[in-house]
Amino acid sequence: MSKTKALLEQTGGLVRFAGHFVVMRRQDRYEIKEFLSQCYTIGYLSFGLVGLTGFIMGLVLTMQLQPALARYGVAAELPGMVAIAIIREVGPILTALVFAGKIGSSIGAELGSMKASEQIDAMEVSGTNPYKYLVATRVIASMIMLPLLTILSDAICLGGSYVGINATSVISLRLFFQKVFAHLSFEDLLPALIKTFFFGFAISMIGCYKGFTSCNGTRGVGNSANSAVVLSSVAIFMIDLVAVQVTNLLRLN
Amino acid sequence: MVIEGLTKYFGTRKVLDEFDLTVNERENVVILGKSGAGKSVLIKCIIGLLVPDQGSIRVYGDEVVGISELELDRVRSHIGFLFQGNALYDSMSVRENLEFPLRRHWIKLSQHEIDEMVMESLTNVNLENTADMMPAELSGGMQKRIALARTMILKPKIILYDEPTTGLDPVTARDIDHLILKLQEKYNTSSIIISHDMKCVKNTADRIVLLLDGKSYHQGTYSEFEGAEDEKIKQFFE
Repeated sequence: MSKTKALLEQTGGLVRFAGHFVVMRRQDRYEIKEFLSQCYTIGYLSFGLVGLTGFIMGLVLTMQLQPALARYGVAAELPGMVAIAIIREVGPILTALVFAGKIGSSIGAELGSMKASEQIDAMEVSGTNPYKYLVATRVIASMIMLPLLTILSDAICLGGSYVGINATSVISLRLFFQKVFAHLSFEDLLPALIKTFFFGFAISMIGCYKGFTSCNGTRGVGNSANSAVVLSSVAIFMIDLVAVQVTNLLRLN
Repeated sequence: MVIEGLTKYFGTRKVLDEFDLTVNERENVVILGKSGAGKSVLIKCIIGLLVPDQGSIRVYGDEVVGISELELDRVRSHIGFLFQGNALYDSMSVRENLEFPLRRHWIKLSQHEIDEMVMESLTNVNLENTADMMPAELSGGMQKRIALARTMILKPKIILYDEPTTGLDPVTARDIDHLILKLQEKYNTSSIIISHDMKCVKNTADRIVLLLDGKSYHQGTYSEFEGAEDEKIKQFFE
């Protein structure tokens, strides 16, 4: 009962914390410089890792599917099938999970450390809204950067798939992309991108919440970083579950 | 500053119990008390980081308790707070740390004015050459002085010090005491100083207030406290 109560309290706290995002004071200054700095840190500095994991996933997925499809005589459909899997699901989820591990944990640790060393209090007494400066900038940057990273990851993933196909057979780049785009439509891309928007919100908001509510010094900072990643990962799958129900209802699947 | 009937609970525990205090212009008041007596809670209520359950805090006639966040920001521009752990922003350089409150002041300042105020603050604490250093590159004493420079940069009329010499060696602690007095003289400030360091108390206090059981137990000068017969006061001087 106490664990259930703790879970409900934490969920309520997270919802209240996220609610401030909607009702922030408009009189406070817009932290444009900090927002751009976060876009650089969250977006540009994550590209390498996202690109690498995307390439490897495209390559591995293709090499795993190829023998199975060949057995059923539909190996020629491999580019299209891989593309649909990557664009609809693998790309967004993989990018979001990598993002949660890198960015979610760093936000949780950074803000937890700031909380422990009273830097957040110092911001408040110097006339800064710490929520706007620290949380809103990171959340908005994540909501913009994660869809962009997903698009880049998808493209690199398809590149990995091309390499994977050419490892055992020969296909020109032109033919590969002809087959890819023959099977893809906006109904594959748009819902996938929209859900990454929500992934970005969830990952950064959870990281910020865990950082702001950190306690017990350095141990608390470590716990904040760890639990930010775990909770973000769960949130990604729950949002994905809701997203697939919505796309089913809209007959986009 | 006039504090009347200030009461603060944490759960069922009453930390401040109808605490009263008046701080006059150009006066340094040291709050003395055991650990957990509520000294830090008091100054956090004054600056608005904690909300008291009852009572009133008036700063130059303006009520602090129960006002809007916008009004609180305006009151805070007249109050400086030196945190016990310094609370320097470790992702920013010393210059950026000092510029931070200036850029958020409700009076808009030009870059030239900001640069001048930053250099004046660094000169006040004798650390002119540290502007481009990161806080992690500074010693504990230097960090304390930069934190003090940041606290003073808006030239507040009232400064709240939370254990300003804790963790410092005796020589650096004495330097901080002298800086507190020098800045008081230069900018005509009033201060509330939380301290366990009796040397700091002796060097800086115009008046000492003993906080006991959430109330103001006794007030007086250092020599009055030192000569007191009351056991609860004597234990601080043994």
